Amino acid sequence: MSIQAGPYLLLATALFAVGTYGVLARRNPLVMFMSIELMLNAANLAFVAFARTLNDVAGQSLVFFVLVVAAAEVVIGLGIIVSIFRHRGGTTVDELNELAG
Amino acid sequence: MTLFDHATIPDMVVFAVASFMVLAGAITVVLARNPIYSALGLVVTLFGVAVLFVEQNAQFLAAVQVIVYAGAIVVLFLFVIMLLGVDRTEPISRNRVRFAQPFAVLVAMAFVALAIAIGHKSWRATGAASQGGHLDGEGSNVAKLADSLFTQYLFLFEVTSLLLVIAVVGAVVLARRPREIVADLPEEDEDDDIEVIVDDVKEQA
Repeated sequence: MSIQAGPYLLLATALFAVGTYGVLARRNPLVMFMSIELMLNAANLAFVAFARTLNDVAGQSLVFFVLVVAAAEVVIGLGIIVSIFRHRGGTTVDELNELAG
Repeated sequence: MTLFDHATIPDMVVFAVASFMVLAGAITVVLARNPIYSALGLVVTLFGVAVLFVEQNAQFLAAVQVIVYAGAIVVLFLFVIMLLGVDRTEPISRNRVRFAQPFAVLVAMAFVALAIAIGHKSWRATGAASQGGHLDGEGSNVAKLADSLFTQYLFLFEVTSLLLVIAVVGAVVLARRPREIVADLPEEDEDDDIEVIVDDVKEQA
């Protein structure tokens, strides 16, 4: 029998915490985006662990949807970042204090 | 109860190596000063998560994880990093908000504490009866997942396609230059250039 869900959930928690730290502490919008991806992956890991433990395929279906939403989110987010950088040159999120680009 | 009851040695080795990859990559993402190193750390993390998916008998998701995440999303990140020329290093401590660093550590720790508290108190609280079908039994992982996606979650699946179309249109709209900026650009009129050249030649003559 393989490893139970506990270690997977601990790992997912740690991954989520690292991602949280990245979003809160870093000021580069690209790195913040990657940290959000880390948090999404932590959620996926927990979903798969629960799907296996509870013997329910719904958990894996949800991971599929999370992947799709993450892809769409990255496309839009990177588009916004590119247009911001194009208007203002290199910048950090602290300098983005106006809604109008 | 110990965490590793009933686990065989190969399972434990795979889990240890993969979780080391996941955590090392994640820490690289948040601590590297160069965004390119962050993107490469992200690749390592995503591969580690894919290995853990295989270890948990989610083969289809592991393949999708590698193809979509490591293949498409990270490449997109690298494209943007290279395109914008932001591949210069940045001091991590350059932060306008005071105490952002310790605050971030605090919040991350709070999430860990919350998760452990929930898991300790009621870690089977979500154990409702299976709705989407069972994972064990005969048939491949892909077949079961497809069965679930195309019957129970068919509407969600269609909405997902709508979401992807919106994302594509949004990306095109965002990446297009606004019309005023295009109008401000010097027009490349070939006739003018030729006239200027002709004038220059006449003056020289």
